[in-house]
Amino acid sequence: MGVHRRSAASYTFDHVGIRSAAAVVGPKEGHGPLASYFDRIWTSELNNHVSSEVAERALLTEAQSLALDKVGENWAHVDWVVGGDLLDQLIATDFAAREHQRPLIGMFAACAVFAESLGLGALAIEGGGPKMVLAGACSHHLSAERQFRYPIELGYQRTPTAGWTSTAAGACLLSYLDAMNSGDVAIEAATFGRVVDWGSKNPNDMSTAMAPAAFDTIKQHLDDLGRDITYYDQVYTGDLGVLGVKLVDALAQKEKEGFNWSERLNDCGRSLYDIDKQDVHNGGSGPGCSASVFSGFLYRQLQTQQFQRILLVSTGALFSPTSYQQGESIPCIAHAVAIVRHN
Amino acid sequence: MGKEGARQLTQEMQDYQTMANQMRPKKPLLKNAVTAFFVGGIICEVGQGVQWFFMQHGMTAKEATSPTTVVMIGVGALLTGLGWYDRVVKRGGMGGSLPITGFSNAMVAPAMEYRPEGLILGVGAKLFTVAGPVLTYGLAAAFVVGLVRYLITGVA
Repeated sequence: MGVHRRSAASYTFDHVGIRSAAAVVGPKEGHGPLASYFDRIWTSELNNHVSSEVAERALLTEAQSLALDKVGENWAHVDWVVGGDLLDQLIATDFAAREHQRPLIGMFAACAVFAESLGLGALAIEGGGPKMVLAGACSHHLSAERQFRYPIELGYQRTPTAGWTSTAAGACLLSYLDAMNSGDVAIEAATFGRVVDWGSKNPNDMSTAMAPAAFDTIKQHLDDLGRDITYYDQVYTGDLGVLGVKLVDALAQKEKEGFNWSERLNDCGRSLYDIDKQDVHNGGSGPGCSASVFSGFLYRQLQTQQFQRILLVSTGALFSPTSYQQGESIPCIAHAVAIVRHN
Repeated sequence: MGKEGARQLTQEMQDYQTMANQMRPKKPLLKNAVTAFFVGGIICEVGQGVQWFFMQHGMTAKEATSPTTVVMIGVGALLTGLGWYDRVVKRGGMGGSLPITGFSNAMVAPAMEYRPEGLILGVGAKLFTVAGPVLTYGLAAAFVVGLVRYLITGVA
C-alpha cells in the first residue's frame, strides 16, 4: 500500500490501473502504419475549426471524452485532469479545461509531458489523493509550425534531421484499483528525469539534443529498480526519431561493455509514420506523438498481450525560439513510466 | 551572445557531439543544387517569356521590366494562396526562394498566416516577419553602395 520510493527519481506503484485510453489524430497520422489503432482520424488538419489553436484544443477534448466514453464514465467522476501541450501558456490544455471544469494540473515538459502526466497521476493516486485522473497530451502540426518555425505556406527546405510535429492527442484514464485482475493494464513505476544539456544548439536536430536525456533517464530507471533492459519487451522513447534511437543505442554501448539496447529500443515518432513514404524526415514529434502512439497502439498491444511490459520514455526539448536565437544550447528532459499487463 | 549563457562542455559531451556529427544523415547537396538550378531556371524562363510578351506589344526591354515583375509577383502570390509554392521551394530550395516569386511567397505566407490575429496586430505587425531582414539589410546595402557611387562618380 502506498508509493514505494526507490530513489529521488523513481517510484513504484501497486494500485494504479489504466482503465481506458483513446487517441485522435490528424489526416497525415491517419495515413501512417498505426492508422487502425486510432479511435478517430480527422479528414483535414483543421477539421472545420477556425484556427489551428482551436483545432488542437478540440483534438485533446475529443481524446479525453473518448477515453471516458469507452468505460462509461463521465466528467463528474474525474478528480484531476493532468497534462500539457507545446503552445505558449498551455492554451490547448488550459482552454480545454475551461469547458470540462475539473481540477486541472497543467504541466509543461515540451514533448515529454505525456509520460510526466502518467507518472504524476500515478504518484497522486497511489499516494491516496485523487481516485481518478485523466492524463493527456496533444500537439497540432500547424500551431507548432507557427510558434516554432515559419508560416505554413512559406516555402523552405527541411533538413534531414528535422522532426514532423504530429497532429495528435492521446488520453488515459487512470484509477485506483484495490486489486489487480487478469488483463488489467497498470502503471507500475515512474522515473522522473533531470534536465540534460550536452551542448546541442541546432533547433532542426532535436534527436541529437534529446538522446542524452533519454539515455540518462532509462539508465537511472534501470539502476534504481535493479533491472536490465531485457526486463521490458520494448522501450519506447517519445520522439527521438530515426537518428535519436541510434544515438541512445550508441551511448549505451559506450557506457558499458555488453550493453546492447538496440533490440529493445523503439520510438513513437519513428512508428507513427512511414518514414520512407510520408516525407517526415527524422520522424514524428510533439507531445501528441507519444500520447497517441501509447494511447492508440501500445495500450492495445498490452491489452492483447502482444507486450507484457513496456517502458515509455517521452522526450522533450525545453527550448524556446527566444533561447536559441540568443545562442543558448537546448536543455532536454525525459520521463519514464513502466506499464505492465497483469496476467 | 554574452558569455553568461555559454556552458563549458565536458570531454564526454564534446565526444558525443563528434559522434552525432558522424551519424547524422547528410543533406543531399549535389541533388539540391541540381534541382535548385532547374527550378530557378524554369521560373526565370517563365519570367523571360512574360517580358517577351510585353515586348511583343510594343514595349522596350527596359519598359517591360516593371510589368514583368508585377506579373511574377502575382504568380508567386497566387501559387502561395493555392498552397503550391511551398512545394516548389521544398524541391527547389534557393531556386524557388531567390526569384521574385519567392519574395512574393515570403510576403503572402505571413499575410495568410496571421489573419486570425487580426488586421493590425496580426497581418499588419507580422507581414514582414520573413521578408523583414532582407528588406532591412537590402536597404542598408543600397545606402552604402549609393554613397560609394556618389563619392566616386559624383552622380547621386
